[in-house]
Amino acid sequence: MHALVLRQLTKIYKNGIHALKGIDLVVEEGDFFALLGPNGAGKTTAIGIVTSLVNKTSGFVEVFGHDIDRELAVAKSCIGIVPQEVNFNQFETVHTIVVNQAGFYGIPRPLAKQRAQKYLQQLQLWDRRNSIARSLSGGMKRRLMIARALMHEPRLLILDEPTAGVDIEIRRSMWEFLRDINGSGTTIILTTHYLEEAENMCRSVAIIDCGQIIERDSMANVLRKLQAETFVFDLRKPCSVAPQMPGFTTSLPDSHTLEIEVTNKQSLNAIFAQLTAHGIEVASMRNKVNRLEELFVRLVDAGTRK
Amino acid sequence: MTVSRAVTDWIGFKTILIRETNRIVRIWGQTIVPPAVTATLYFIIFGSLIGRRVGQIGGYDYMQFIAPGLIMMQVITNSYANVVSSFFGAKFGKHIEELLVSPLPNWLIVAGYCMGGIIRGLLVGLVVTVVALFFTHLRLAHVPATIAAVLLTSIVFSLGGFINGMFAKNFDQISWFPTFVLTPLTYLGGVFYSVTMLPDWAHIATHANPILYMVSAFRYGFLDSSDVDLRLAFGIMIGAAAGMFTLAVVLMNRGSGIRD
Repeated sequence: MHALVLRQLTKIYKNGIHALKGIDLVVEEGDFFALLGPNGAGKTTAIGIVTSLVNKTSGFVEVFGHDIDRELAVAKSCIGIVPQEVNFNQFETVHTIVVNQAGFYGIPRPLAKQRAQKYLQQLQLWDRRNSIARSLSGGMKRRLMIARALMHEPRLLILDEPTAGVDIEIRRSMWEFLRDINGSGTTIILTTHYLEEAENMCRSVAIIDCGQIIERDSMANVLRKLQAETFVFDLRKPCSVAPQMPGFTTSLPDSHTLEIEVTNKQSLNAIFAQLTAHGIEVASMRNKVNRLEELFVRLVDAGTRK
Repeated sequence: MTVSRAVTDWIGFKTILIRETNRIVRIWGQTIVPPAVTATLYFIIFGSLIGRRVGQIGGYDYMQFIAPGLIMMQVITNSYANVVSSFFGAKFGKHIEELLVSPLPNWLIVAGYCMGGIIRGLLVGLVVTVVALFFTHLRLAHVPATIAAVLLTSIVFSLGGFINGMFAKNFDQISWFPTFVLTPLTYLGGVFYSVTMLPDWAHIATHANPILYMVSAFRYGFLDSSDVDLRLAFGIMIGAAAGMFTLAVVLMNRGSGIRD
């Protein structure tokens, strides 16, 4: 079953900005889906329409088979949303915020309190349940919004940059938590600027730019489309000039770092053979940027040039 | 609507109500105390000091005459203020989105906020009534008329606060209507005088003021006399409540001021 279907979704704001230009998108049930794009590409607008925070200009949206124009309440009850900006009452306690949110979805108060304990414990906020939300750190506020979104146990969880401004330790624990949620059957749509996050977590990806979907495939297939990537070699001994290596583009940012661009038709063995021939000893190597990021930049740059 | 839908909607409505009531109690220093202080000052100045020199109006001493008007004035102000500040605060702090993404129907969101305004209006009305009892003797002549008048008035002004909150884009805009419309209409709505004391032109003009009908209907409940036709007064209140509720729901459905 499709968790989300968008057909010819269009949004033109009153100020004339054409935020979405007829996008088509299908997200399968159970998927962990990355919706990527530069700032202002239309991601948040698309999510806003799905969650009914933004009125669409035209097009069709279906959530688990429920058309939002005809069965809005049922469609909404399938969705949990973690927005980009903090949007809870900062003067209420953590516990009140999550219990009330469950109430808005018709969850009886005793059950809401049980779930509040469960999710606040899982997200390491139980000790702060009686704290005023305003007093939480940035990372805690993000986790609170995740706990709040899960209170009615939605079938589709949409996270709009959930890890922005969160330190790496908490980010990793959030990744682990989201993997578990997805593993238990919840479909997840994630937007993020940390492309490493998307590459590690998501099985499918769509890239949106200037209100249009410019790429949509499984993560594996998308990464295969990467024509070339740059590897960084940390050299054991200093080097004064970049070695001439037929078939490869090389550069030497500093005496101990060599960068080599490799196309998807070339092999790393050939690089090492040539490096050995030049008497260059490699201490370690890594991707200059993560692969999805490289592809993302190329696709978006190509779109901008068009 | 299915039974389960009705049950979930009812839980949602109760949740808004709990949240609004908790807010009123949490900030009691802003919601309950100021009306009590203001009413006490009115009773001291207009009732005890000036009232003694005014004499009787319609067979009642001045303090007895103004008490229902002062109660109603606080009901109007507080019903309005509660909803406009709570709703605009939710809009400003973006936590209105908690409700907008939920499956609760828009009419129930309007009703929930409105109910919060009614609760504060009635609570403050009760507090001011208790204050009034320290200054004068009050007797309820018509209990149903009193209850209906205060309830309908608080509904009308709660909805007014909601509509103002929807249109308002900043904090200035939530104070314009109370300052330039609500307060003048309340003061000129027969709270402190009987409209029969006015010259002809002012007497006629005052009848265009809806607050006159509300205050008069409420005063009738206490004093058994009214400056206006009661059927017209209740007709206006019911009509205003129905019209404003419809307008509030239509605005919510359109997403005016809350959805892009």
